[in-house]
Amino acid sequence: MSSLTNIVKKEFKEMLTKSTIIPVILMAVMFGYLGSMMGDVEEEVSTPPVIGLVDLDDGVISDIAFEVLNASSDMAYNGTDVDAGLEEVKKAGGVALIVLPANLSSDILNGSRGYIDVYWMMEGAGMLDAISSASVDSLLGSMSYGISAYLVNESNETDPAVVLFPVERSDTTIFQDEVMEDVSPDFLITMLSAQSFTVPFIIMMIIIMAGGMVISSMGLEKENKTLETLLTLPVSRGSIVSGKLVASALVGLVMAGIYMVGFNYYMTSIETSAEIDLAKYGLDLGPVDFILVGVSVFVSLLAALSMCMVLGTYAKNYKSAQTLTMPITLLAIIPMFITMFKDFGTLPLALQAVLFVIPFSHPMMAMRELMFGNYALVLGGIVYVTAFAIVMIAITVWIFKTDRLLTGSMKGKGLAGLLMKKR
Amino acid sequence: MNAIEVRELVKDYGSFRAVKGISFDVREGEVFGLIGPNGAGKTTTLRIIATLLRISSGSVQVFGNDLRREPHEVRKILSYLPEDAGAYKNLTGREYLQFIADFFASGRAADEIVKKGIEIASLSDRIDDKVDTYSKGMTRRLLVSRALMTEPKLTILDELTSGLDVINAQEIRKTVKSISEKGTTVLLSSHNMLEVELMCDRIALINDGRIVELGTPTELKGKHNASNIEEVFTKVVMA
Repeated sequence: MSSLTNIVKKEFKEMLTKSTIIPVILMAVMFGYLGSMMGDVEEEVSTPPVIGLVDLDDGVISDIAFEVLNASSDMAYNGTDVDAGLEEVKKAGGVALIVLPANLSSDILNGSRGYIDVYWMMEGAGMLDAISSASVDSLLGSMSYGISAYLVNESNETDPAVVLFPVERSDTTIFQDEVMEDVSPDFLITMLSAQSFTVPFIIMMIIIMAGGMVISSMGLEKENKTLETLLTLPVSRGSIVSGKLVASALVGLVMAGIYMVGFNYYMTSIETSAEIDLAKYGLDLGPVDFILVGVSVFVSLLAALSMCMVLGTYAKNYKSAQTLTMPITLLAIIPMFITMFKDFGTLPLALQAVLFVIPFSHPMMAMRELMFGNYALVLGGIVYVTAFAIVMIAITVWIFKTDRLLTGSMKGKGLAGLLMKKR
Repeated sequence: MNAIEVRELVKDYGSFRAVKGISFDVREGEVFGLIGPNGAGKTTTLRIIATLLRISSGSVQVFGNDLRREPHEVRKILSYLPEDAGAYKNLTGREYLQFIADFFASGRAADEIVKKGIEIASLSDRIDDKVDTYSKGMTRRLLVSRALMTEPKLTILDELTSGLDVINAQEIRKTVKSISEKGTTVLLSSHNMLEVELMCDRIALINDGRIVELGTPTELKGKHNASNIEEVFTKVVMA
């Protein structure tokens, strides 16, 4: 074997270990999932949207509107009753009900702009939940274009501004049974972007950073050979575990505080540019909600840190500790992406189960779910995560009472070899 | 009263038996040496007595406390210095000693322990520097002082003078001897046979997980017609 081959072989053995390969595989699986999610979105975009049409005009303009809309949509309702239309569209899982008023044709043909009403049925407030409304939005653009084309063909003396933009619309969004006048889905999603994007991101950062500190602390104890001394001091294993958890949680909360300062500036800028008051629609948080969010963050942080302690017992040194943060990173990133793009309620059941099982999902979802009044999910999440944290802490304390911390494993050939060397 | 009573002690790591049913006593106030070749089971035995590893079978009593049932009581009366121990690098020497002292006492009593630790460490002004800046010898002196400053009833020292130069090693041995004369029982392990012979009242020679010789240095030298313990060691191990 040549020297080069020998070195390459050694480098491969050092680099291609379980701890380097498994995270890459998990990342690939995660990207695969994201790809399939994007595929679903593409399918959603290419599928004709389900809409309803209430035609109170019955004129030439509404005929054009009907033709355009009917050609590119799945029309669940076509009639003259708004309430019946809303009922039918809702039943069909539709996106919007378009109402053409009685005087639409006469207004436009007389040189005025026509006004239509659009009732949006919104299922979720995640970024991808706006996809279906975007396709109806584009459909309405086509309808406006069709009317413009008719007006140009007729060569009448209509105001060019009306020819270019013959229709103005008034949006009403129906979300979580709340009717929000003059609010479009896009606008609502922008207003809720703090809950959709910023909160999951901050939670992810806190978990990764505080969790990384716990695992690194265990790795450093082993690398600096301080663990053995610590374990022979007259202090209970529970106190050692609690001490590490409390210190990391406090540092994590300090980090959260720093992030929250930036978050607060972000929120302030959103609020000043906002044109609607979310509180008017019940989309705000009261003191009890904030307490629940705080509890959710705290128990999740505790769960994350205790899980990291368990992982940290496998750390041989600081370097291996860094690799061990990978599972925590993934478990924080996956729910972050999911909650960022979709609401819990609009996810398939299997994905809902996955999201519920991952303890870090709950604080990411808590704020938005509380805004929507989904207390059962938030409270259920807190109970589950608390139980998860208790089990993890119990496992950690148990590990601290076994030989694992010093030997790295309970049994096995590899261990025997390792200990023979140590002895 | 015996400080340590080890009976039929066995330690298994999976299918591998590291300690194979050893028994010995360490008398109160004596310096007892555990010597043997690499992989003989010395460190495993010390780690078990230091409450770090669990017993597979057999029993260990430390000052009447059963190791299995009362490990916390044992931890109150012992100090353990592992061979390759380290200290927290971001603390100063003084802060490290204070951190340890606070587990044993509080207030003025803890300050007294720290004062004693600083005296044993003899690091002069460097005691207020971060451990990260210490040489290997300085760190070892700090760790030895940490182990002795609480005046434990039992101190377990694995390779006491590992990494120390001759002068420092001599100083540390004197300190351990004086602590022992004040009543602390010392259980030590070393590859330095001269150190063992100089310091130990009695010695147990362990080989392949079993105790193969036990006695005072004089008894062992006489039995094997050897001029020093190193010769005894060679004769017993190579036999």
